[in-house]
Amino acid sequence: MATKTFPVEASHILMFARSVGDDNRVYADADYAKTTEAGGIIAPPTFAQASAQFDPDYFLRPKIGQPWFGSGKNPTGITRSAEGGGGGGGGGGGLHAEQHFEYHRQLKAGDVLTATTFPGKTWEKEGRRSGKLVFSESVTEYRDQNGDLVITARGVGVRTERPVEQK
Amino acid sequence: MALSAKNLKVGDVHTAKLVEDLKRTQIVQYAGASGDYNPLHTDEIFTTKVAGYPSVFAHGMLTMGMTGKMLTDYVGDARLTKYGVRFTSQVFPGDDLEARATVKALTEKDGAILVELDVSTTNQNGVEVLSGYAEARVDA
Repeated sequence: MATKTFPVEASHILMFARSVGDDNRVYADADYAKTTEAGGIIAPPTFAQASAQFDPDYFLRPKIGQPWFGSGKNPTGITRSAEGGGGGGGGGGGLHAEQHFEYHRQLKAGDVLTATTFPGKTWEKEGRRSGKLVFSESVTEYRDQNGDLVITARGVGVRTERPVEQK
Repeated sequence: MALSAKNLKVGDVHTAKLVEDLKRTQIVQYAGASGDYNPLHTDEIFTTKVAGYPSVFAHGMLTMGMTGKMLTDYVGDARLTKYGVRFTSQVFPGDDLEARATVKALTEKDGAILVELDVSTTNQNGVEVLSGYAEARVDA
């Protein structure tokens, strides 16, 4: 993931909070938010994930003029070489296995973050419902306009040998 | 709004219903807000015919986000210091989800009082879809 600038904007927070079903006015109403302990509009706990919007290379967003693997005329827009029968990764880089956030301070509307991602460990495991699993970890540090650390995020992705069987 | 340590004890439980009959449209809404447009979450044709799943399914981060509302409603705004989860089962359209936080410990660090919580979200069949932890600052 490329290092990028992530402006934290009130309108984006509003849309994000709506999407996770959170009607807390501290995410939506600046006048109300001023009267709370937060002191202004803050971001919900998982908002840093929306930094993907500001990653120019983010591979799960269709890009102008480039092929996209979702359906159009055909079930997929990309003719892929054999990759083990479509795999549980669904051609999109696998599934999300874990996500961890450490909050050094509360993220607020108006912050401008810079994200730096470091690769972490990789490991393998035999899964009961999806064959061989390959896990890989990455750590992203989000720093604010003053260079101070705001959030440390650790994500773990998994590629499965075949789609996860349903219980 | 915020919790007080004097009113908390290990084993206390807080629960909240997150969603009933999860709609595909909410998953689309989350895709747009988060920027994660993986077709596995919104494109039924791709997901069933190419990826081999029975239907589209929710972003793990949507479940984590909905579970986060349960946490911030419980501990108060701007109080979380840690929140982490494992996605243990997939969430599909039509699912009902309920989340639970259980007080695991009360600790003190650098003069702040912290509550440590075990976090779990289950679906209508009692299957755990998310398992994790959180830590938050509480009042004395």
